[in-house]
Amino acid sequence: MRYKPLLIYLFISSIFLTLVGSIWKIMATLQGLKLTEINFNINFLLALLLSLSIVLIGKKINHLIKILLLPLLFTFIYILINEAAPIWYNVGILLISLFFTNRVKNYTLSYLKEDFVSEKIVFDFLSLFAIVFFAFIILFPFYLMFVTSFKLQSELLFNPLDLSINFTKNISEQFKSYVVIFKTYDFGRYIYTSSIVSIGTVIITLIFAIPAAYAVARLNFFGKTFLSTSILIIYMFPAIVLVIPLYTVFSQLGLRNSIEGLLIVYTATTLPVAIYMLQGYFKSIPKEIEDAGLMDGQNWFGIIIKIIIPLSLPAIASVALYVFMIAWNEFLFSLMFLDNPKSFTLSRAINHLTGDAETPRQYLMAGSVVVTLPILLIFVYFEKYLVSGLTAGSVKG
Amino acid sequence: MTDTLSKIEKRTAYTLLLPAVFLVFAIVLFPIFANIWISFKEVQLKDIRIPEPRAKKIVKSISEDKTKLKIVYRLRNSSLIEDINNIKFSDKLPKNIEPVDLDSRCIFKSKKIKCDFGNWEAKYRENFEIIIQNINGDLIDKNIIKSQKPRLSGDADNILLTTKFSLKNFKKVFNENEFLDLLLTTFYFTFFGTVGAIIFGMFAAQLVNQKFYGRTFMRSILLFPYVGPVVALAYTWTLLLDPNSGSLNALLVNFGIIDKPINLLGQKYMTLNLLGFDIKLRLALTTVIMFEIWRYFPLAFLFILARLQAVPKDLYEAAEVDGAGPLRKFVNITLPQITAILSILFMIRFIWNFNKFEDIFLLTGGASGTRTLPINVYQQGFAVSDIGMGSAVSIVIVMLLIIFMIIYFKLIGKRANEI
Repeated sequence: MRYKPLLIYLFISSIFLTLVGSIWKIMATLQGLKLTEINFNINFLLALLLSLSIVLIGKKINHLIKILLLPLLFTFIYILINEAAPIWYNVGILLISLFFTNRVKNYTLSYLKEDFVSEKIVFDFLSLFAIVFFAFIILFPFYLMFVTSFKLQSELLFNPLDLSINFTKNISEQFKSYVVIFKTYDFGRYIYTSSIVSIGTVIITLIFAIPAAYAVARLNFFGKTFLSTSILIIYMFPAIVLVIPLYTVFSQLGLRNSIEGLLIVYTATTLPVAIYMLQGYFKSIPKEIEDAGLMDGQNWFGIIIKIIIPLSLPAIASVALYVFMIAWNEFLFSLMFLDNPKSFTLSRAINHLTGDAETPRQYLMAGSVVVTLPILLIFVYFEKYLVSGLTAGSVKG
Repeated sequence: MTDTLSKIEKRTAYTLLLPAVFLVFAIVLFPIFANIWISFKEVQLKDIRIPEPRAKKIVKSISEDKTKLKIVYRLRNSSLIEDINNIKFSDKLPKNIEPVDLDSRCIFKSKKIKCDFGNWEAKYRENFEIIIQNINGDLIDKNIIKSQKPRLSGDADNILLTTKFSLKNFKKVFNENEFLDLLLTTFYFTFFGTVGAIIFGMFAAQLVNQKFYGRTFMRSILLFPYVGPVVALAYTWTLLLDPNSGSLNALLVNFGIIDKPINLLGQKYMTLNLLGFDIKLRLALTTVIMFEIWRYFPLAFLFILARLQAVPKDLYEAAEVDGAGPLRKFVNITLPQITAILSILFMIRFIWNFNKFEDIFLLTGGASGTRTLPINVYQQGFAVSDIGMGSAVSIVIVMLLIIFMIIYFKLIGKRANEI
């Protein structure tokens, strides 16, 4: 029986084509197109027909003709049996079917008789679909955030399906939400506070962590193993169990609503992982290089400044970026410690915006874009460093 | 000689470590122990301000005598519950100015009015008046008198430092009928959030481990949900899932998949009919778990991808020669190679999801059946304002955490270094 691969191929590929078509339809709907029917069953039959004809035609006609002709035919029937849609939508359908046909152009009846072909087909389509699926579910919320920040309250309530950007508005109208959050809600100050807190945390953490990591990596002292295990264990304790005692103590010391208080807490909570990451890297530096430094009469301060730091810049960059990300995104402590708008960080300020149910959502989303964009840009630009930081630090999150 | 060298080494090590260790002890370890202390006390949020004596100074003219001024000090105990003992008061007067008919509790010495007010009970209030005059009979400048602030001092118990203890908080924590529900919700959230994230992460890693066009782009965007700030992402999701103006509900209604919008974050239960059985689904909790999976599968992805890339390629080539298909290759080569990392990931993510606060707090605030233990810490401590209860819940979390960590180190602690 060699029909099994054929049936599997037909089923999987048609499902794939229909699903991708449906995603395209959903995306078109979200651009304001009035489409109300998915027509899954009919479109599935149509896709089945396309898959079957590709295999049946096989190599009997020229590849190029097959790849061009069949999608055109498919799109034509698709337009006939689906509701009316503008031309750009149907061009999208044509491109999807073109891509699909090109993908399976080599599938013939004889190819489907090879070993493990059904498994290969399943894996192939699964990963193709997974690419579309993951890209869609990840990028969609970011897209929603971005687009909503350019909308007006009335547009949002009138048609939540229309997620297109109206480019005909003039500049000041287009960026109104951003103007409002900077002028009325004072987001400029929050950006400044967030930057100071994040950069400050990075600097203080590094100043504390580099010597400590060097000691753990290189020097012998009583309690070393105990210390290196406790670093990891301390790291496992979550912020939520620290919050009440810190809140009470900070209240009594008057450290609430102050940047200093946040700096202390952020530094202390990121120190363990910074030490852990750095000492791993320091251990990989050959000891002979340091010995040479010792011969030159350097003390430990000189060794750290002149030898260790220049040699471990990539690791320090990783730690710095990771700590920056943690501090920039941190929410719990800023929620607990800050209740005076003068000392808000960006995250806290956005949370404060929602406290008033009347705040239009486009302002909220504009604020979200303002806090998200810098960290995503930093991530994309320094991806290599941040990824290694994330991998080492991702025991937490 | 070597002895002194090792001594120097030790001393250097301690000097280098001291700042970091001190800070971590003060901010991380101390609070964990402080929690134990606070959890045995009945402390409310309003109690944590240390009681202090306060005085507001008001300067008034006296209409019949222009050379005299009346100073009124509005004295009060800032605390509503605690007494203040041994209160001392002092205020300075400018040159040539002295009080007339001073209160018996006070003395005037070297230009200073010094009073001994004794003890004030909680909520104590008094209007304390002094009349002053200029020795030369000149007018007194009101502003100079006003600008001088009185000093007050007193001894009050800091409620956090007293040795009054009670077991009431723990009794309340465990006797609450909801405690079991709370624990179950936490485990449900933790378990499914962890497993879901690992499964998604595994798929994503398997995907990116292949060669295809746009692979590096895909690898970058797969990390976006984790890198983005939780506040922004949670509010975007809230907007997306909103029953009235959210895109998801609008979409589902538009295509006729549902009749009317579902409040995905605000509805506790939803009855699903599966194969004739009615299944009661914890709807809001499930939605929160979905967000959790969406946000944290990138971490699992990162870990698993790193491991996958270390699997020797010739293993796959050998399998191909032996005639193994993709499925056999995955089950017999890939899976055994990643089981170690999967179990470590499971344990670590389990611990971290167990402690998750921000995500749930921002999405639902703990309403509609999404109250987990960490959310309870916040609600007890700050919404109900019962600091003692909040600490008691924290202690429960720490206890459970210690149990998890013991299991973790027993099971895979030694293997953790191999990855």
